[in-house]
Amino acid sequence: MTTQPLTGRDATASRPARRWLAHAGTLPFFAYTGVFLILPTLLVVVGAFRSREGAFTLNGLEQLLSPRTLTIFANSLVLSAVTAVVGAVLGALIAYALATAPSGSMGRRLFTAFCSVVAQFGGVMLAFAFIATFGINGLLTRLLQDWAGYTVNGQFLSTLPGVAVVYAYFQIPLMVIVFLPALDGLRVQWREATENLGGSTWTYWSRVAGPILAPSFLGSLLLLFANSFSAFATAAALISQQTLIVPMEIESALRNENDLGMDAYAQALALGMIVVVALVMWAYAALQKRAARWTA
Amino acid sequence: MSGTTIQRDRRRRQAIFRWVVLGLALLYFLVPMVSLFDFSIRFPLTGNVDLDSWAALFGGDDSGRLDMLGEGLTNSLIMAVMTVVISLALLLPTMVLVKLKSPQFSRAVEFISLLPLTIPAVVLVVGLAPIYLVISTRILDSNTIWLAFAYVILVLPFVYRSLDAGLRAIDLKTLTETARSFGASWWTIMVRVIVPNVRTAIISAVFISVALVLGEFTFARMLARTNLQTALFQINLSDGQIAAAVSLIALGGTTILLVLLDLVVGLREAARRRPEEPLAAAAPAPTPTETSAS
Repeated sequence: MTTQPLTGRDATASRPARRWLAHAGTLPFFAYTGVFLILPTLLVVVGAFRSREGAFTLNGLEQLLSPRTLTIFANSLVLSAVTAVVGAVLGALIAYALATAPSGSMGRRLFTAFCSVVAQFGGVMLAFAFIATFGINGLLTRLLQDWAGYTVNGQFLSTLPGVAVVYAYFQIPLMVIVFLPALDGLRVQWREATENLGGSTWTYWSRVAGPILAPSFLGSLLLLFANSFSAFATAAALISQQTLIVPMEIESALRNENDLGMDAYAQALALGMIVVVALVMWAYAALQKRAARWTA
Repeated sequence: MSGTTIQRDRRRRQAIFRWVVLGLALLYFLVPMVSLFDFSIRFPLTGNVDLDSWAALFGGDDSGRLDMLGEGLTNSLIMAVMTVVISLALLLPTMVLVKLKSPQFSRAVEFISLLPLTIPAVVLVVGLAPIYLVISTRILDSNTIWLAFAYVILVLPFVYRSLDAGLRAIDLKTLTETARSFGASWWTIMVRVIVPNVRTAIISAVFISVALVLGEFTFARMLARTNLQTALFQINLSDGQIAAAVSLIALGGTTILLVLLDLVVGLREAARRRPEEPLAAAAPAPTPTETSAS
Protein backbone atom coordinates (compact mmCIF):
# COMPACT_ATOMS: atom_id res chain seq x y z
CA MET A 1 0.00 0.00 0.00
CA THR A 2 2.93 2.34 0.49
CA THR A 3 4.86 1.92 -2.75
CA GLN A 4 2.08 2.61 -5.22
CA PRO A 5 1.80 6.33 -5.93
CA LEU A 6 -1.67 7.80 -5.92
CA THR A 7 -3.10 8.21 -9.36
CA GLY A 8 -6.47 9.17 -10.75
CA ARG A 9 -9.75 7.41 -10.15
CA ASP A 10 -9.08 4.79 -12.85
CA ALA A 11 -6.22 3.29 -10.89
CA THR A 12 -8.19 3.19 -7.66
CA ALA A 13 -11.21 1.76 -9.41
CA SER A 14 -9.12 -1.18 -10.58
CA ARG A 15 -8.56 -2.12 -6.95
CA PRO A 16 -12.03 -2.28 -5.45
CA ALA A 17 -10.76 -3.65 -2.14
CA ARG A 18 -8.52 -0.68 -1.53
CA ARG A 19 -11.22 1.74 -2.62
CA TRP A 20 -13.56 0.23 -0.09
CA LEU A 21 -10.86 0.57 2.53
CA ALA A 22 -10.61 4.29 1.74
CA HIS A 23 -14.39 4.63 1.87
CA ALA A 24 -14.42 2.83 5.21
CA GLY A 25 -12.13 5.53 6.56
CA THR A 26 -15.02 7.97 6.36
CA LEU A 27 -17.20 5.68 8.47
CA PRO A 28 -16.33 7.17 11.90
CA PHE A 29 -17.47 10.59 10.69
CA PHE A 30 -20.78 9.35 9.31
CA ALA A 31 -21.38 7.12 12.34
CA TYR A 32 -20.70 9.93 14.81
CA THR A 33 -22.83 12.53 13.04
CA GLY A 34 -25.44 9.84 12.58
CA VAL A 35 -25.79 9.37 16.32
CA PHE A 36 -25.45 12.98 17.50
CA LEU A 37 -26.92 14.95 14.58
CA ILE A 38 -29.10 12.90 12.24
CA LEU A 39 -30.71 10.71 14.90
CA PRO A 40 -31.76 13.64 17.15
CA THR A 41 -33.18 15.45 14.14
CA LEU A 42 -35.17 12.38 13.14
CA LEU A 43 -36.34 11.95 16.73
CA VAL A 44 -37.72 15.49 16.59
CA VAL A 45 -39.47 15.01 13.25
CA VAL A 46 -40.88 11.59 14.10
CA GLY A 47 -41.57 12.53 17.71
CA ALA A 48 -43.83 15.37 16.59
CA PHE A 49 -46.27 12.74 15.30
CA ARG A 50 -45.89 10.08 17.98
CA SER A 51 -47.75 9.66 21.21
CA ARG A 52 -46.07 8.32 24.34
CA GLU A 53 -47.18 4.80 23.42
CA GLY A 54 -45.63 5.14 19.97
CA ALA A 55 -48.89 5.51 18.04
CA PHE A 56 -49.41 8.11 15.34
CA THR A 57 -50.92 11.32 16.71
CA LEU A 58 -51.67 14.85 15.57
CA ASN A 59 -51.91 15.99 19.17
CA GLY A 60 -48.60 17.86 19.02
CA LEU A 61 -49.50 19.64 15.79
CA GLU A 62 -52.90 20.56 17.20
CA GLN A 63 -51.24 22.24 20.16
CA LEU A 64 -48.78 23.89 17.79
CA LEU A 65 -51.72 25.52 16.01
CA SER A 66 -53.47 26.59 19.19
CA PRO A 67 -53.91 30.37 19.58
CA ARG A 68 -51.51 30.52 22.54
CA THR A 69 -48.68 28.79 20.69
CA LEU A 70 -49.30 30.78 17.54
CA THR A 71 -48.95 33.98 19.59
CA ILE A 72 -45.60 32.74 20.88
CA PHE A 73 -44.48 31.96 17.32
CA ALA A 74 -45.65 35.42 16.25
CA ASN A 75 -43.63 36.96 19.09
CA SER A 76 -40.54 35.08 17.95
CA LEU A 77 -41.04 36.04 14.31
CA VAL A 78 -41.63 39.73 15.08
CA LEU A 79 -38.67 39.85 17.48
CA SER A 80 -36.41 38.19 14.90
CA ALA A 81 -37.61 40.37 12.01
CA VAL A 82 -37.26 43.65 13.91
CA THR A 83 -33.85 42.88 15.40
CA ALA A 84 -32.64 41.50 12.06
CA VAL A 85 -33.59 44.71 10.22
CA VAL A 86 -32.24 47.03 12.91
CA GLY A 87 -29.10 44.91 13.26
CA ALA A 88 -28.56 44.72 9.50
CA VAL A 89 -28.94 48.48 8.87
CA LEU A 90 -26.85 49.68 11.82
CA GLY A 91 -24.36 46.84 11.46
CA ALA A 92 -23.86 47.59 7.76
CA LEU A 93 -23.22 51.25 8.58
CA ILE A 94 -20.60 50.33 11.19
CA ALA A 95 -19.09 47.72 8.87
CA TYR A 96 -18.72 50.35 6.14
CA ALA A 97 -17.03 52.74 8.56
CA LEU A 98 -14.65 49.92 9.52
CA ALA A 99 -14.03 49.01 5.88
CA THR A 100 -12.76 52.52 5.16
CA ALA A 101 -10.13 52.05 7.88
CA PRO A 102 -6.81 50.43 6.91
CA SER A 103 -7.24 46.66 7.22
CA GLY A 104 -4.24 46.00 9.44
CA SER A 105 -4.91 48.69 12.00
CA MET A 106 -5.07 47.71 15.66
CA GLY A 107 -8.34 49.59 16.19
CA ARG A 108 -10.02 47.56 13.48
CA ARG A 109 -8.67 44.27 14.85
CA LEU A 110 -9.87 45.12 18.35
CA PHE A 111 -13.28 46.23 17.10
CA THR A 112 -13.91 43.12 15.01
CA ALA A 113 -12.67 40.85 17.80
CA PHE A 114 -15.06 42.47 20.25
CA CYS A 115 -17.86 42.13 17.70
CA SER A 116 -17.30 38.40 17.25
CA VAL A 117 -17.17 37.85 21.00
CA VAL A 118 -20.40 39.73 21.62
CA ALA A 119 -22.11 38.14 18.60
CA GLN A 120 -21.26 34.53 19.36
CA PHE A 121 -20.11 34.09 22.91
CA GLY A 122 -22.20 36.27 25.16
CA GLY A 123 -25.81 35.07 25.60
CA VAL A 124 -26.24 34.94 29.35
CA MET A 125 -23.54 37.51 30.03
CA LEU A 126 -25.13 40.08 27.72
CA ALA A 127 -28.35 39.65 29.63
CA PHE A 128 -26.44 40.47 32.84
CA ALA A 129 -24.91 43.51 31.17
CA PHE A 130 -28.32 44.86 30.25
CA ILE A 131 -29.76 44.14 33.67
CA ALA A 132 -26.82 46.22 34.96
CA THR A 133 -27.77 48.94 32.46
CA PHE A 134 -31.58 49.07 32.35
CA GLY A 135 -32.51 46.99 35.39
CA ILE A 136 -34.02 48.50 38.52
CA ASN A 137 -30.53 49.33 39.83
CA GLY A 138 -29.02 49.80 36.39
CA LEU A 139 -26.51 52.50 35.59
CA LEU A 140 -28.61 54.16 32.87
CA THR A 141 -31.78 53.74 34.92
CA ARG A 142 -30.18 55.76 37.72
CA LEU A 143 -28.62 58.33 35.39
CA LEU A 144 -31.91 58.88 33.56
CA GLN A 145 -33.68 59.26 36.88
CA ASP A 146 -31.12 61.70 38.30
CA TRP A 147 -30.51 63.78 35.20
CA ALA A 148 -33.71 63.65 33.21
CA GLY A 149 -36.23 62.65 35.85
CA TYR A 150 -37.28 59.77 33.59
CA THR A 151 -38.15 56.50 35.31
CA VAL A 152 -37.36 53.32 33.35
CA ASN A 153 -40.04 50.70 33.80
CA GLY A 154 -38.55 48.07 36.12
CA GLN A 155 -40.08 45.28 34.03
CA PHE A 156 -38.82 46.75 30.74
CA LEU A 157 -36.29 43.97 30.08
CA SER A 158 -38.98 41.30 30.50
CA THR A 159 -41.09 42.74 27.68
CA LEU A 160 -40.74 42.08 23.97
CA PRO A 161 -39.30 45.57 23.24
CA GLY A 162 -36.86 45.14 26.12
CA VAL A 163 -35.67 41.78 24.80
CA ALA A 164 -35.36 43.35 21.35
CA VAL A 165 -33.01 46.04 22.73
CA VAL A 166 -30.76 43.34 24.19
CA TYR A 167 -30.92 41.25 21.00
CA ALA A 168 -29.85 44.27 18.93
CA TYR A 169 -26.69 44.30 21.00
CA PHE A 170 -25.59 40.95 19.53
CA GLN A 171 -27.30 41.33 16.15
CA ILE A 172 -25.44 44.53 15.20
CA PRO A 173 -21.97 43.02 15.85
CA LEU A 174 -22.96 39.84 14.01
CA MET A 175 -23.86 41.97 10.98
CA VAL A 176 -20.51 43.73 11.22
CA ILE A 177 -18.56 40.47 11.03
CA VAL A 178 -20.64 38.81 8.31
CA PHE A 179 -20.99 41.92 6.11
CA LEU A 180 -17.43 43.24 6.41
CA PRO A 181 -15.98 40.76 3.86
CA ALA A 182 -18.51 41.89 1.25
CA LEU A 183 -17.54 45.54 1.80
CA ASP A 184 -13.85 44.67 1.64
CA GLY A 185 -14.61 43.14 -1.76
CA LEU A 186 -15.60 46.54 -3.19
CA ARG A 187 -12.73 47.76 -5.35
CA VAL A 188 -11.54 51.34 -5.25
CA GLN A 189 -11.25 51.14 -9.05
CA TRP A 190 -15.02 50.80 -9.40
CA ARG A 191 -15.50 54.05 -7.54
CA GLU A 192 -12.78 55.76 -9.54
CA ALA A 193 -14.29 54.50 -12.76
CA THR A 194 -17.66 55.92 -11.72
CA GLU A 195 -16.03 59.27 -10.95
CA ASN A 196 -14.10 59.33 -14.22
CA LEU A 197 -17.33 58.77 -16.08
CA GLY A 198 -18.84 61.74 -14.23
CA GLY A 199 -20.87 59.82 -11.67
CA SER A 200 -21.62 61.30 -8.26
CA THR A 201 -21.45 59.56 -4.92
CA TRP A 202 -25.17 58.89 -5.25
CA THR A 203 -24.63 57.31 -8.70
CA TYR A 204 -21.91 55.12 -7.26
CA TRP A 205 -24.06 53.83 -4.40
CA SER A 206 -27.31 53.44 -6.35
CA ARG A 207 -25.90 52.07 -9.61
CA VAL A 208 -22.65 50.29 -8.70
CA ALA A 209 -22.06 49.41 -5.05
CA GLY A 210 -25.73 49.03 -4.10
CA PRO A 211 -26.61 46.33 -6.63
CA ILE A 212 -23.34 44.50 -5.93
CA LEU A 213 -23.90 44.51 -2.17
CA ALA A 214 -27.65 43.82 -2.25
CA PRO A 215 -27.45 39.98 -2.28
CA SER A 216 -24.87 39.95 0.53
CA PHE A 217 -26.92 42.42 2.54
CA LEU A 218 -30.12 40.40 2.17
CA GLY A 219 -28.25 37.17 2.89
CA SER A 220 -26.79 38.64 6.08
CA LEU A 221 -30.24 39.90 7.03
CA LEU A 222 -31.60 36.35 6.78
CA LEU A 223 -28.69 35.01 8.79
CA LEU A 224 -29.47 37.55 11.51
CA PHE A 225 -33.10 36.52 11.43
CA ALA A 226 -32.21 32.85 11.90
CA ASN A 227 -29.74 33.79 14.61
CA SER A 228 -32.22 35.63 16.77
CA PHE A 229 -34.99 33.14 16.03
CA SER A 230 -32.78 30.37 17.46
CA ALA A 231 -31.39 32.36 20.40
CA PHE A 232 -32.33 31.09 23.83
CA ALA A 233 -29.71 32.01 26.44
CA THR A 234 -30.30 35.76 26.51
CA ALA A 235 -34.06 35.51 26.90
CA ALA A 236 -33.73 32.75 29.50
CA ALA A 237 -31.44 34.91 31.62
CA LEU A 238 -33.67 37.99 31.24
CA ILE A 239 -37.08 36.51 31.88
CA SER A 240 -38.01 33.99 34.51
CA GLN A 241 -41.77 34.20 34.99
CA GLN A 242 -43.37 34.04 31.58
CA THR A 243 -42.99 32.43 28.18
CA LEU A 244 -42.36 34.97 25.48
CA ILE A 245 -40.67 33.18 22.60
CA VAL A 246 -40.57 29.67 21.10
CA PRO A 247 -37.29 28.43 22.65
CA MET A 248 -38.66 29.24 26.12
CA GLU A 249 -41.84 27.32 25.34
CA ILE A 250 -39.68 24.37 24.26
CA GLU A 251 -37.87 24.54 27.58
CA SER A 252 -41.06 24.38 29.60
CA ALA A 253 -42.46 21.64 27.34
CA LEU A 254 -39.31 19.58 27.90
CA ARG A 255 -39.61 20.09 31.66
CA ASN A 256 -43.25 19.00 31.58
CA GLU A 257 -42.55 15.73 29.79
CA ASN A 258 -44.51 13.94 32.51
CA ASP A 259 -47.62 15.92 31.77
CA LEU A 260 -49.77 13.53 29.71
CA GLY A 261 -51.54 16.31 27.88
CA MET A 262 -48.25 17.53 26.41
CA ASP A 263 -47.46 14.51 24.22
CA ALA A 264 -45.22 15.39 21.29
CA TYR A 265 -45.57 19.11 22.04
CA ALA A 266 -41.84 19.85 22.47
CA GLN A 267 -41.10 17.95 19.27
CA ALA A 268 -43.88 19.74 17.40
CA LEU A 269 -42.53 23.13 18.54
CA ALA A 270 -39.04 22.08 17.46
CA LEU A 271 -40.40 20.95 14.10
CA GLY A 272 -42.05 24.33 13.67
CA MET A 273 -38.71 26.00 14.27
CA ILE A 274 -36.96 23.69 11.81
CA VAL A 275 -39.48 24.63 9.11
CA VAL A 276 -38.99 28.38 9.67
CA VAL A 277 -35.19 28.19 9.80
CA ALA A 278 -35.04 25.81 6.81
CA LEU A 279 -37.03 28.29 4.70
CA VAL A 280 -34.75 31.14 5.79
CA MET A 281 -31.57 29.17 5.11
CA TRP A 282 -32.83 28.05 1.72
CA ALA A 283 -33.36 31.68 0.73
CA TYR A 284 -29.95 32.48 2.21
CA ALA A 285 -28.22 29.83 0.08
CA ALA A 286 -29.92 31.16 -3.06
CA LEU A 287 -28.74 34.70 -2.26
CA GLN A 288 -25.20 33.51 -1.47
CA LYS A 289 -25.02 32.00 -4.94
CA ARG A 290 -25.86 35.39 -6.44
CA ALA A 291 -23.42 37.22 -4.16
CA ALA A 292 -20.62 34.82 -5.15
CA ARG A 293 -20.57 36.34 -8.66
CA TRP A 294 -18.71 39.37 -7.38
CA THR A 295 -16.14 37.73 -5.17
CA ALA A 296 -14.11 36.14 -7.98
CA MET B 1 -6.26 66.83 -11.81
CA SER B 2 -9.86 67.19 -10.70
CA GLY B 3 -9.92 63.47 -9.99
CA THR B 4 -7.39 63.78 -7.19
CA THR B 5 -9.32 66.66 -5.63
CA ILE B 6 -12.47 64.55 -5.66
CA GLN B 7 -10.55 61.69 -4.10
CA ARG B 8 -9.01 63.88 -1.42
CA ASP B 9 -12.43 65.29 -0.59
CA ARG B 10 -13.85 61.83 -0.46
CA ARG B 11 -11.10 60.59 1.80
CA ARG B 12 -11.69 63.48 4.20
CA ARG B 13 -15.44 62.87 4.20
CA GLN B 14 -14.86 59.15 4.76
CA ALA B 15 -12.58 59.89 7.70
CA ILE B 16 -15.20 62.15 9.31
CA PHE B 17 -17.91 59.55 8.65
CA ARG B 18 -15.69 56.83 10.07
CA TRP B 19 -14.92 58.67 13.29
CA VAL B 20 -18.52 59.69 13.89
CA VAL B 21 -19.98 56.23 13.24
CA LEU B 22 -17.29 54.27 15.04
CA GLY B 23 -17.35 56.70 17.95
CA LEU B 24 -21.09 56.27 18.38
CA ALA B 25 -20.79 52.50 17.97
CA LEU B 26 -18.05 52.37 20.56
CA LEU B 27 -20.20 54.36 22.97
CA TYR B 28 -23.12 52.01 22.35
CA PHE B 29 -20.99 48.90 22.86
CA LEU B 30 -19.22 50.23 25.93
CA VAL B 31 -22.19 51.47 27.98
CA PRO B 32 -23.43 47.95 28.96
CA MET B 33 -19.83 46.91 29.70
CA VAL B 34 -19.28 49.92 31.95
CA SER B 35 -22.63 49.20 33.60
CA LEU B 36 -21.51 45.62 34.18
CA PHE B 37 -18.41 46.88 35.94
CA ASP B 38 -20.42 49.42 37.94
CA PHE B 39 -22.81 46.64 38.92
CA SER B 40 -19.95 44.41 40.07
CA ILE B 41 -18.57 47.00 42.51
CA ARG B 42 -21.71 48.74 43.73
CA PHE B 43 -23.86 47.23 46.42
CA PRO B 44 -27.41 47.67 45.05
CA LEU B 45 -29.30 48.48 48.26
CA THR B 46 -27.01 51.08 49.78
CA GLY B 47 -25.09 52.27 46.74
CA ASN B 48 -21.81 51.67 48.59
CA VAL B 49 -18.86 50.90 46.36
CA ASP B 50 -16.58 48.04 47.32
CA LEU B 51 -14.38 45.54 45.55
CA ASP B 52 -15.77 42.59 47.51
CA SER B 53 -16.79 40.51 44.48
CA TRP B 54 -13.44 41.03 42.77
CA ALA B 55 -11.57 40.25 45.97
CA ALA B 56 -13.58 37.04 46.33
CA LEU B 57 -12.68 36.02 42.78
CA PHE B 58 -8.98 36.77 42.95
CA GLY B 59 -8.16 36.59 46.65
CA GLY B 60 -9.77 33.25 47.31
CA ASP B 61 -13.06 32.82 49.11
CA ASP B 62 -13.89 30.08 51.53
CA SER B 63 -17.58 30.75 52.01
CA GLY B 64 -18.39 28.16 49.35
CA ARG B 65 -20.35 30.56 47.18
CA LEU B 66 -17.88 30.11 44.33
CA ASP B 67 -17.95 26.30 44.43
CA MET B 68 -20.54 25.95 41.71
CA LEU B 69 -18.74 28.44 39.51
CA GLY B 70 -15.52 26.49 39.95
CA GLU B 71 -17.28 23.27 39.04
CA GLY B 72 -18.89 24.85 35.98
CA LEU B 73 -15.62 26.38 34.82
CA THR B 74 -13.76 23.08 35.28
CA ASN B 75 -16.43 21.17 33.36
CA SER B 76 -16.42 23.76 30.57
CA LEU B 77 -12.63 23.67 30.24
CA ILE B 78 -12.56 19.85 30.14
CA MET B 79 -15.33 19.86 27.56
CA ALA B 80 -13.50 22.49 25.50
CA VAL B 81 -10.47 20.19 25.28
CA MET B 82 -12.63 17.13 24.52
CA THR B 83 -14.59 18.99 21.86
CA VAL B 84 -11.46 20.25 20.13
CA VAL B 85 -9.78 16.83 20.15
CA ILE B 86 -12.83 14.88 18.98
CA SER B 87 -13.87 17.36 16.29
CA LEU B 88 -10.39 17.57 14.79
CA ALA B 89 -9.80 13.81 15.02
CA LEU B 90 -13.14 13.22 13.35
CA LEU B 91 -13.04 15.86 10.65
CA LEU B 92 -9.42 16.26 9.52
CA PRO B 93 -8.73 12.62 8.49
CA THR B 94 -12.17 12.37 6.92
CA MET B 95 -11.70 15.54 4.87
CA VAL B 96 -8.22 14.50 3.73
CA LEU B 97 -9.45 11.04 2.81
CA VAL B 98 -12.41 12.43 0.91
CA LYS B 99 -10.25 14.90 -0.99
CA LEU B 100 -7.71 12.23 -1.97
CA LYS B 101 -9.66 9.02 -2.31
CA SER B 102 -13.41 9.35 -2.09
CA PRO B 103 -14.33 12.63 -3.79
CA GLN B 104 -17.85 11.31 -4.35
CA PHE B 105 -18.48 11.78 -0.61
CA SER B 106 -17.33 15.39 -0.49
CA ARG B 107 -20.84 16.83 -0.95
CA ALA B 108 -22.22 14.56 1.77
CA VAL B 109 -19.48 15.50 4.24
CA GLU B 110 -19.97 19.20 3.49
CA PHE B 111 -23.75 18.95 3.82
CA ILE B 112 -23.61 17.12 7.15
CA SER B 113 -20.90 19.41 8.52
CA LEU B 114 -22.87 22.56 7.71
CA LEU B 115 -26.23 21.08 8.75
CA PRO B 116 -25.95 22.21 12.40
CA LEU B 117 -26.15 25.83 11.16
CA THR B 118 -29.67 25.06 9.95
CA ILE B 119 -30.83 23.24 13.07
CA PRO B 120 -31.07 25.55 16.10
CA ALA B 121 -29.42 24.22 19.25
CA VAL B 122 -32.74 24.48 21.04
CA VAL B 123 -34.25 22.10 18.45
CA LEU B 124 -31.34 19.68 18.49
CA VAL B 125 -31.53 19.38 22.26
CA VAL B 126 -35.12 18.11 22.04
CA GLY B 127 -33.83 15.15 20.03
CA LEU B 128 -30.71 14.82 22.15
CA ALA B 129 -32.67 14.53 25.39
CA PRO B 130 -33.66 10.85 24.85
CA ILE B 131 -30.17 10.03 23.56
CA TYR B 132 -28.58 11.54 26.66
CA LEU B 133 -31.07 9.64 28.79
CA VAL B 134 -29.65 6.42 27.33
CA ILE B 135 -26.06 7.67 27.67
CA SER B 136 -26.49 8.64 31.30
CA THR B 137 -28.37 5.51 32.41
CA ARG B 138 -26.94 2.69 30.30
CA ILE B 139 -23.64 3.65 28.70
CA LEU B 140 -21.81 6.24 30.79
CA ASP B 141 -23.18 8.38 33.61
CA SER B 142 -24.82 11.77 34.03
CA ASN B 143 -21.50 13.63 34.30
CA THR B 144 -21.63 17.02 32.59
CA ILE B 145 -18.51 16.40 30.53
CA TRP B 146 -20.25 13.91 28.21
CA LEU B 147 -22.07 16.92 26.78
CA ALA B 148 -18.85 17.42 24.81
CA PHE B 149 -20.12 14.76 22.36
CA ALA B 150 -22.98 17.07 21.45
CA TYR B 151 -20.74 20.15 21.44
CA VAL B 152 -18.72 18.51 18.68
CA ILE B 153 -21.84 18.83 16.52
CA LEU B 154 -22.21 22.52 17.44
CA VAL B 155 -18.65 23.37 16.39
CA LEU B 156 -18.69 21.12 13.29
CA PRO B 157 -19.62 23.86 10.75
CA PHE B 158 -16.91 26.22 11.99
CA VAL B 159 -14.21 23.56 12.17
CA TYR B 160 -15.23 22.34 8.69
CA ARG B 161 -15.04 25.79 7.12
CA SER B 162 -11.72 26.53 8.73
CA LEU B 163 -10.13 23.20 7.71
CA ASP B 164 -11.66 23.41 4.24
CA ALA B 165 -10.00 26.79 3.67
CA GLY B 166 -6.70 25.41 5.01
CA LEU B 167 -6.79 22.27 2.85
CA ARG B 168 -7.70 24.23 -0.26
CA ALA B 169 -4.64 26.41 0.18
CA ILE B 170 -2.14 23.54 0.04
CA ASP B 171 -1.34 21.06 -2.70
CA LEU B 172 -2.54 18.03 -0.79
CA LYS B 173 -1.98 15.58 -3.62
CA THR B 174 1.64 16.49 -4.29
CA LEU B 175 2.45 16.59 -0.59
CA THR B 176 1.07 13.11 0.09
CA GLU B 177 2.55 11.63 -3.08
CA THR B 178 5.98 12.97 -2.17
CA ALA B 179 5.70 11.68 1.38
CA ARG B 180 4.45 8.30 0.19
CA SER B 181 7.31 7.92 -2.29
CA PHE B 182 9.69 8.52 0.61
CA GLY B 183 8.01 5.63 2.38
CA ALA B 184 5.95 7.56 4.91
CA SER B 185 2.97 5.81 6.47
CA TRP B 186 -0.47 7.37 6.47
CA TRP B 187 -0.07 8.23 10.15
CA THR B 188 3.21 10.04 9.44
CA ILE B 189 1.63 11.89 6.53
CA MET B 190 -1.26 12.99 8.69
CA VAL B 191 0.74 14.13 11.71
CA ARG B 192 3.95 15.38 10.14
CA VAL B 193 2.88 16.61 6.71
CA ILE B 194 -0.75 17.66 6.71
CA VAL B 195 -1.18 18.96 10.26
CA PRO B 196 1.83 21.32 10.09
CA ASN B 197 0.66 22.60 6.71
CA VAL B 198 -2.83 23.50 7.87
CA ARG B 199 -1.69 24.74 11.26
CA THR B 200 -3.26 28.18 10.86
CA ALA B 201 -6.60 26.62 10.00
CA ILE B 202 -6.36 24.33 13.02
CA ILE B 203 -5.53 27.24 15.31
CA SER B 204 -8.57 29.21 14.24
CA ALA B 205 -10.78 26.10 14.46
CA VAL B 206 -9.53 25.56 18.01
CA PHE B 207 -10.26 29.15 19.04
CA ILE B 208 -13.79 29.14 17.65
CA SER B 209 -14.49 25.78 19.29
CA VAL B 210 -13.19 26.86 22.68
CA ALA B 211 -15.17 30.12 22.55
CA LEU B 212 -18.36 28.27 21.56
CA VAL B 213 -18.00 25.64 24.26
CA LEU B 214 -17.21 28.15 27.00
CA GLY B 215 -20.22 30.23 25.94
CA GLU B 216 -22.66 27.34 25.54
CA PHE B 217 -25.82 27.55 27.61
CA THR B 218 -28.74 25.93 25.79
CA PHE B 219 -27.72 22.25 25.93
CA ALA B 220 -26.50 22.44 29.53
CA ARG B 221 -29.59 24.28 30.72
CA MET B 222 -32.09 22.02 28.94
CA LEU B 223 -30.34 18.83 30.02
CA ALA B 224 -29.79 20.17 33.57
CA ARG B 225 -25.99 20.02 33.54
CA THR B 226 -23.52 22.40 35.19
CA ASN B 227 -21.18 24.27 32.85
CA LEU B 228 -19.73 27.75 33.08
CA GLN B 229 -22.83 29.51 31.73
CA THR B 230 -25.43 27.60 33.73
CA ALA B 231 -23.31 28.13 36.86
CA LEU B 232 -23.21 31.87 36.09
CA PHE B 233 -26.96 31.79 35.58
CA GLN B 234 -27.44 30.16 38.98
CA ILE B 235 -24.96 32.39 40.80
CA ASN B 236 -26.64 35.47 39.37
CA LEU B 237 -29.79 34.51 41.25
CA SER B 238 -27.98 34.70 44.60
CA ASP B 239 -24.99 36.95 43.96
CA GLY B 240 -25.36 39.21 40.92
CA GLN B 241 -22.14 41.10 41.62
CA ILE B 242 -19.97 38.00 41.28
CA ALA B 243 -21.82 37.03 38.10
CA ALA B 244 -21.20 40.52 36.69
CA ALA B 245 -17.49 40.42 37.52
CA VAL B 246 -17.04 36.95 35.98
CA SER B 247 -18.95 37.99 32.84
CA LEU B 248 -16.71 41.00 32.40
CA ILE B 249 -13.56 38.87 32.76
CA ALA B 250 -14.89 36.29 30.30
CA LEU B 251 -15.94 38.85 27.66
CA GLY B 252 -12.74 40.88 27.97
CA GLY B 253 -10.48 37.84 28.07
CA THR B 254 -12.02 36.29 24.97
CA THR B 255 -11.73 39.56 23.05
CA ILE B 256 -8.02 39.79 23.84
CA LEU B 257 -7.51 36.12 22.85
CA LEU B 258 -9.23 36.74 19.52
CA VAL B 259 -7.06 39.80 18.80
CA LEU B 260 -3.97 37.68 19.47
CA LEU B 261 -5.28 34.94 17.18
CA ASP B 262 -5.99 37.51 14.49
CA LEU B 263 -2.43 38.83 14.77
CA VAL B 264 -0.92 35.32 14.61
CA VAL B 265 -3.00 34.33 11.57
CA GLY B 266 -2.27 37.69 9.93
CA LEU B 267 1.48 37.23 10.37
CA ARG B 268 1.37 33.74 8.92
CA GLU B 269 -0.64 34.83 5.93
CA ALA B 270 1.82 37.64 5.32
CA ALA B 271 4.60 35.05 5.41
CA ARG B 272 2.69 32.81 3.03
CA ARG B 273 2.34 35.58 0.47
CA ARG B 274 6.11 35.97 0.16
CA PRO B 275 6.92 34.53 -3.26
CA GLU B 276 10.30 32.97 -2.40
CA GLU B 277 8.65 30.34 -0.22
CA PRO B 278 6.53 28.27 -2.53
CA LEU B 279 5.03 25.03 -1.24
CA ALA B 280 5.65 24.80 2.47
CA ALA B 281 5.17 28.46 3.32
CA ALA B 282 2.32 27.74 5.70
CA ALA B 283 4.51 25.52 7.84
CA PRO B 284 7.63 27.35 8.93
CA ALA B 285 9.29 24.86 11.25
CA PRO B 286 8.67 21.21 10.30
CA THR B 287 8.72 21.21 6.51
CA PRO B 288 7.27 18.26 4.60
CA THR B 289 10.73 17.05 3.60
CA GLU B 290 11.44 16.10 7.20
CA THR B 291 8.97 13.26 6.94
CA SER B 292 11.36 11.31 4.72
CA ALA B 293 13.40 10.59 7.82
CA SER B 294 10.77 8.36 9.37
